[in-house]
Amino acid sequence: MLGSIYALVALGYTMVYGILGLINFAHGEVVMIGSMIAISVVVTIGTGSGLPGPVVVLAGVGIAIPACMLLGALLERVAYRPLRDAPRLTALITAIGMSIVLQNLAMIVWGRQYISFPPLLPSEPHAVLGATVTGTQVIIVMLTLALMGALLLLIHRTRLGRAMRATSQSPALAGLMGVDVNRIILFTFMIGSALAAVAGVMIAGYYGQAHYHMGFMLGLKAFTAAVLGGIGNVSGAMLGGLALGVIESLGAGYIGALTGGFLGSHYQDVFAFAVLILVLVFRPSGLLGERVAERA
Amino acid sequence: MPEARSAAPPAASRAGPAGSPLARSVLSVLAIAALLLAPFLVDALLGRAWVRVLDLVMLYTMLALGLNIVVGFAGLLDLGYIAFFAVGAYLYALCASPHFGLHLPFWLLLPAAALVAGLFGMLLGAPTLKLRGDYLAIVTLGFGEIIRIFLNNLNAPVNLTNGPQGITLIRPIEVAGVSMAKMHSIGPVSFPSLYNYYYLFLVLTLLVIFVSARLQHSRVGRAWVAIREDELAASASGVNTRNLKLLAFAMGASFGGIAGSLYASFQGFVSPESFGLMESIMVLCMVVLGGMGNIRGVVLGAALLVTLPEALRYIGPLQRSLFGQVHVEPSDLRLLLFGVALVLVMRWRPAGLWPSAVRRREFVAARAAAGDMPGGPGISTDGKPSP
Repeated sequence: MLGSIYALVALGYTMVYGILGLINFAHGEVVMIGSMIAISVVVTIGTGSGLPGPVVVLAGVGIAIPACMLLGALLERVAYRPLRDAPRLTALITAIGMSIVLQNLAMIVWGRQYISFPPLLPSEPHAVLGATVTGTQVIIVMLTLALMGALLLLIHRTRLGRAMRATSQSPALAGLMGVDVNRIILFTFMIGSALAAVAGVMIAGYYGQAHYHMGFMLGLKAFTAAVLGGIGNVSGAMLGGLALGVIESLGAGYIGALTGGFLGSHYQDVFAFAVLILVLVFRPSGLLGERVAERA
Repeated sequence: MPEARSAAPPAASRAGPAGSPLARSVLSVLAIAALLLAPFLVDALLGRAWVRVLDLVMLYTMLALGLNIVVGFAGLLDLGYIAFFAVGAYLYALCASPHFGLHLPFWLLLPAAALVAGLFGMLLGAPTLKLRGDYLAIVTLGFGEIIRIFLNNLNAPVNLTNGPQGITLIRPIEVAGVSMAKMHSIGPVSFPSLYNYYYLFLVLTLLVIFVSARLQHSRVGRAWVAIREDELAASASGVNTRNLKLLAFAMGASFGGIAGSLYASFQGFVSPESFGLMESIMVLCMVVLGGMGNIRGVVLGAALLVTLPEALRYIGPLQRSLFGQVHVEPSDLRLLLFGVALVLVMRWRPAGLWPSAVRRREFVAARAAAGDMPGGPGISTDGKPSP
């Protein structure tokens, strides 16, 4: 559940990393802005008009996705493209700077307070195999799986996907083979941002609220998930996201019982990071990552 | 004057602005005078609040120089560096406050903070020796967060850190029986608390700068640079990469620990909130923005990044004088402009404001090599002359 959101955001990180080798710290903020835009749209058309809830939410998603794609493209064009052959730390600082900029822009536009998502989605619980789930949760999981399937198809079955894979292996050679590298990188950012927008709406729907500061921690967790799965690897990001969500929830639920009440559920985040460190120490390339050859 | 010029003409042409020995000694006298008088001047011109900023600049300079050892010299990207600052701060806070009723003296706690933080550095370094690049970054980031979360939650079942409330009433530093927190006067000149801290921090910062500079050109420093440039080649040439990487972590961490314990006594209060990821990133920004690996650049970066957010407080009054009213709350705009500044500096000076000579040369070479690559509109932008 939480895992599927992490997975969606992690995809954005891993795709950009796979091609540029850049940790796009501003990606979490794209998620945040997606959810803010969706909420604004939903509140504007949802109040007064007699439209059914799901239609209103779909409209919100429909507007948030292109808005975020535009934002992602803008980020790439304005901030990252000029730095493409600069050292990675330079690009990293730029990413951090963009993250601060976006966060504060959102704060100026939407204010400092929590913004609540109107209760439009079905929330009555159903009992499935002894577990309690709500309709929203089912929708989120199904939608995530569908999007992941679509993304895998895109990457492995289309011309665009082939160009993306070629670019991630070697931008220079892909360019020689007639791939417009700049366009591919732009596309990668846009696809990642579209997924981020969906994830943003999901989070807003799930928690019922959004906040200008929420993108940061979320981005961090998603990046953790991407590393967990093996960064640069699309299926790895999906697996890592799901695994991180499950580990976190189970860990937070059972840690009290395991340690005899010594450590409580507020150690949830420690759990995520501790697992991450253990995985990296024993399997440095992530769960599904390939061994990266040493630079000669 | 003439004999000064004839003494070393080739050296003068290479050494830049302070060419002749006479000019250089005049400059250094001026610099020392400026450093000694700085709190009085700043207080008179800008107000007492800026003396505080001056103190913080010193503190962050120490911190940034510590990180510079890890990131700049040895090339190990550490995103959890603030954890060592936290360790130093909490060590001082726990041992010199009513929380445990301990009041150990400053001259004992400062080395202890360096030692304990150094041990934590080894603790972080040991399992991550095999990792490189971004994996290392993410593990250090996780480590930093773990430390912070533990500080935040270790108030139950045994109250070690007092949780999110933090520790208050930390005893100020006393040097030879003179408390830093009180006003002292020598003759007609009086030294308020902020001035005392300024001089203490100044001495320690200069010490840290001195140690850094000596390290940089030592055998160890050159081995670190070798590891940064190519770890495989370094180890093939007989550099013990494992020990040296551990040493880099430990040295960097101990600088952070010293800065942390000073911070605790300066503020009189510590809480986990001050040691978040954003702080780590801030210190990293100081190092990278100033010019990684170059001590002068790092000092410049620390000074800029501490003063810039303070200076941006004036945009409220500025708006009022320009437009007659405040359109956007200055506190909202402050960080926004800060982020924009970061992005712009990296766009036009990707190697930092004051890069070391070696890195600048690498840059020009790399750019010349990448000259006809796609997506390189930045090539012609900075126009640095190639040596």
